[in-house]
Amino acid sequence: MRRPLRRFLGRSLAALVAFALCTPLSACGFLGIGGDADIQIYSARHYDLEKAFEKWEEETGKSVEFIFAEDAELLQRLKTEGADSPADIFMTVDAGNLWAAAEEGILAPVDSPVLDEAVPEAYRDSQNRWFGLALRARTVVYNPDTVDPSDFDATNTYAGLADPKWKGKLCMRGETESYTQSLIAALIDTYGRDDTLAWVKGWVANDVEVMSNDVLLLEAIDAGECEVGISNHYYLARILADDPDFNAKLYWASQDGDGVMENLSGGGVVTSSDNKTDAQELLEWLATDGQASFIGGNHEYPVNPDVEADEIAASFGPYKPLAIDAEAYGKLNAEATELLAEAGYK
Amino acid sequence: MAVFTHSRPRRIAFAGRPAWSLLVLLVAAAVATPVIAVTLDAVSAGSAPDLPRGLGEMVLTTLLLLALVGSGTLIVGGGLAWLVTAYRFPMRGLLSWLLVLPLAMPAYILGFVFLATFDVGGPVHEWARSTFGTGVWLPDVRSLPACAVVMSLTLFPYVYLMARAALLEQSSSTYDAARTLGAGRLRTLFTVVLPLARPSLAAGLALVMMEVLTDFATVQYFGVKTVSVGVYLTWRGSYDFHTATQLSMLVLMFAVAVLAGERLMRGRSRYHQKGGRGQGMEPTQLTGARAWTATLVCLLALGCAFLLPVARLVAWVVAEAREDASSLVDARFAEYLANSLTVAVIAALGCVSLAMLLGHALRISGGRVPRIAAQVTTFGYAVPGAVIGIGVLLAFDWLDRVLEWAGTGGTGLLVTGSVAGILYAYLVRFLAPAYQAVDASLSKVSPTMTLSALSLGASPRRILTRVHLPLARSGVLVAIVMVVIDAVKELPVVLTLRPFGFTTISVWVYQLASENFWQKAALPALLIVAAAIVPVFLLFRQVRLVDPHRSPDD
Repeated sequence: MRRPLRRFLGRSLAALVAFALCTPLSACGFLGIGGDADIQIYSARHYDLEKAFEKWEEETGKSVEFIFAEDAELLQRLKTEGADSPADIFMTVDAGNLWAAAEEGILAPVDSPVLDEAVPEAYRDSQNRWFGLALRARTVVYNPDTVDPSDFDATNTYAGLADPKWKGKLCMRGETESYTQSLIAALIDTYGRDDTLAWVKGWVANDVEVMSNDVLLLEAIDAGECEVGISNHYYLARILADDPDFNAKLYWASQDGDGVMENLSGGGVVTSSDNKTDAQELLEWLATDGQASFIGGNHEYPVNPDVEADEIAASFGPYKPLAIDAEAYGKLNAEATELLAEAGYK
Repeated sequence: MAVFTHSRPRRIAFAGRPAWSLLVLLVAAAVATPVIAVTLDAVSAGSAPDLPRGLGEMVLTTLLLLALVGSGTLIVGGGLAWLVTAYRFPMRGLLSWLLVLPLAMPAYILGFVFLATFDVGGPVHEWARSTFGTGVWLPDVRSLPACAVVMSLTLFPYVYLMARAALLEQSSSTYDAARTLGAGRLRTLFTVVLPLARPSLAAGLALVMMEVLTDFATVQYFGVKTVSVGVYLTWRGSYDFHTATQLSMLVLMFAVAVLAGERLMRGRSRYHQKGGRGQGMEPTQLTGARAWTATLVCLLALGCAFLLPVARLVAWVVAEAREDASSLVDARFAEYLANSLTVAVIAALGCVSLAMLLGHALRISGGRVPRIAAQVTTFGYAVPGAVIGIGVLLAFDWLDRVLEWAGTGGTGLLVTGSVAGILYAYLVRFLAPAYQAVDASLSKVSPTMTLSALSLGASPRRILTRVHLPLARSGVLVAIVMVVIDAVKELPVVLTLRPFGFTTISVWVYQLASENFWQKAALPALLIVAAAIVPVFLLFRQVRLVDPHRSPDD
């Protein structure tokens, strides 16, 4: 071997040893023998979860570990690990995902008077396998320079955006995004497939501009590139927290009709958990005393009616939500995707 | 003097080294296991999947994207490699290694930076509207061509690295002979240099195409629905992993086609070098405007693919720091960085060692079966990371059950995600780039050289260390750099397999990005780039030591 190469390999090895020494990459982590903590959580929701868990650890003296990953991957990992899974709690965003996890038999029913009282029935599984913990609304945001709130159809605002008067003024998210798919699933569930298809075709006819994420969408509204868009309420709240002069306003959709589309994030106790007592206790805490720190800086709405939303989320005012149908969101996803394709939405 | 022979492919007549053949088969089996596990899982599900709507369109989109990105990277990567090898111009030495850096920019980051800059509501749009009025027509950036541009910009270094290694290995005498015989520079390029570099170009191109095939983040930003996006959406939408794996077999078929195409491009011809390593061609000194144009071309490519996006990221970091500097500093960040680098370096050394052993074994023992087995090891690269992650979990699950059946009581531990699992998955995924780079170098070693060494009584091991390894040196170095950078960027494998308490920088970026905290994601994104600069810098030092035509002013 010639010298430069040997030197290169030698150096790489030296660097490797140096890194190995200064990492906490212990043999345990290497073989995946984790499980020192009392509660282990798989979560597809992040939003500063650390802060809430740290608080619980302080209050109870128990320890929490969690990993954050994509929903589909975590679900598959739980299934593959089966009875050996270290997870005690599974958390995710979107009621459809919670429904799917329950369907797979991954979540165990929890019998808890505390949760029954803290989480309204509309926001938990009928068999108590999962519980909603935070709420988000997907509604209309507009540029107040060019749009007046009275321009919207107050009965069915989503359908109203199919009106030709919005031509060239709409911004929405792509057909591959779960936000779009769940909204369409909710509309199909409430109003039927034919009407929903007609409205989506109307959006397409209005040359809807598809944006790659909610933040860019809101910035485009602020810049006047779009006049109206559909976004989760907390993205606007988050921007307003940094920039109170941001030129976009929120409009609660369909308030004279069935209400604005709402979705939840939540969790349940994993069937194979070896510490269901503590897992249940943590869920109960998150639904009561922990609500504020769970929702934390993300400006979501609490599920527990006794807990108040943060200042900016509260400033949007109260709203009437469309009833969440977890099973429909889970089952209709494929149909929603198909409908978007049929309408030529992209 | 070095001489090239052009010969029909020829099996080395002795297959009497079963130990080496066995090694190839074992590696192939280990690498194929997770993919096989997933395939069996898919097949066991029984019924054929409902093909997603518009599958034909997805296939067409995929083909179009492959063609665009393929030609884009070939022109940019190959062209730049030729420029920095054949000519001498200001800053050539520095630029020749800086041009690798775009590889360090994850495509999902560049995609976002690109959209934040050029999309509706971005600064470019605002400027255009304020300058030319609201009616001005601007191209739709959320489109297939824009996606191809972004992907070409991040992926061209694969072709560049391979082509440059090939050009450096080429003997100058062939080039000189062609020139002496009256061929012009261009003619020599197309009739001598390019055909000789064809295996390396093909290998680089194959890597690019497999990257395009497995990407589902960047394409989604740009609203480009490839087959991989279809697979992912089916999985996510129907919660049905079986259907998703059945569809991902389709992606695998594309990969087989790409690899077959690569073989075809290499042609049935083999070009071997006789004699020592080539000294490379003597670069021509460019002067005046032409020299500065060359510099400018390199800078332009580097600027679009790397410098400008980095500048945008730095600007975001500064903006964040102004708001809340405390959020930028956290002791855990050093840990994330160390995790990323440790895993990446181990994975790189592992992949490159195995790749070298594979290439060596094939040349020592030959035969059809080991050859096919070696090809199998490269398929892992074409399987999306998340699918490999699940495959590794399934494989560990089997192992566990076998152990239980064997009466050891099972481990019950291996099943959960682990760093060992991540390393295994990296091996499956990144053996391909390592093997492509090493093999492209080794393929230029004439079989007669191996034969001579053998007939002179050298043991296969001695041939490995004294003949094959030194001759494939540039390929080995390139392989190490590519795998380290790829592994630092890799996300889905880590997400699927990481144990509790194990976070890498890419996971950190993802956590922030998935919640649309793009500005906060700028810092970790820059760290990924910084982490990738380390191996690139080490490589650069090697290239400088190896490059015989380095001039002091480079």
